Amino acid sequence: MPKMTVDDLKRIKERTLQATALRHGEARVKITVHMGTCGIAAGARAVMTALMEEMAEAGRTDIRVVTSGCMGMCSSEPNVTVELLGEEPIVYQHMDANRMRQVFRRHVLLGEVQSDFALAKM
Amino acid sequence: MRELSLHILDLAENAVTAGARLVAITVEESAAADRLAIRVADDGPGLPEEKLRRLEDPFVTTRTTRRVGLGLSLLAAAARRAGGGVEVRSAPGAGTEVSAVFRLGHIDRAPIGDVAATIAALIAGYPAVDFVYRHRIEEREIALDTRELRTAAEGVDPADPALAEGIARWLREELGRLARGGKEGCDAQDDC
Repeated sequence: MPKMTVDDLKRIKERTLQATALRHGEARVKITVHMGTCGIAAGARAVMTALMEEMAEAGRTDIRVVTSGCMGMCSSEPNVTVELLGEEPIVYQHMDANRMRQVFRRHVLLGEVQSDFALAKM
Repeated sequence: MRELSLHILDLAENAVTAGARLVAITVEESAAADRLAIRVADDGPGLPEEKLRRLEDPFVTTRTTRRVGLGLSLLAAAARRAGGGVEVRSAPGAGTEVSAVFRLGHIDRAPIGDVAATIAALIAGYPAVDFVYRHRIEEREIALDTRELRTAAEGVDPADPALAEGIARWLREELGRLARGGKEGCDAQDDC
């Protein structure tokens, strides 16, 4: 019976571009994908998958990805909140895989808020 | 929701939001028995009797952000549409187990979808929660248990978001092999 082992995980890590994995120290960026029923039905998992691909490519160790439930803004799902250390959190609305990639590359990596997709500052 | 894997994500989400620290997800497919079963069990606080009785009512929810809870009603509808149903077992302090059964070959059964993406998203999205995933097709199965993979001393953490993509790919490959009856690199052909 194939069961994922620690060795499998190590191989996965080796194949990932990133040389160091364990995230310790302070996170400088926190990305929250809202995955309540509303978010999931609207496509949050595809957003999460795109984000994970970008993360694997970027190889940054100071970015934290978390998921959370519904925040009561179901009609604008999928919502993603990006929080850079020392800056106001930005909520992005109606996200899809492409928008997620753009937000990751421009906002998360370069610090440019993508106001076209922004719903609000929290 | 278009795929059953999204319902799995939703159920696991519910479990974590309710305070679960361990979520066990089991999928069993059997063409021989014309049966697809999905089970999501958690070690959360469980549900009181009166909540349990009105669980499929979309206007009953424990949440506070809005007053409707659609997740379980949608799953129950999807299961009934495919000749099955949903059963919830729970008691305060004893966790909750949601089982959904479908007729595998029913024309109205929603596709299972990308379970690998669901599992990878859960593991990366909830680093403080452990997940056990077992997927059985006929007599063969694959499994993943984050408790066994959390060996911080060895420098790998299954919840590292950079690894999520690799974990999803591993699962997808193993699931593909499972669906082909354990054969390597060929699909829909018997001799390879």
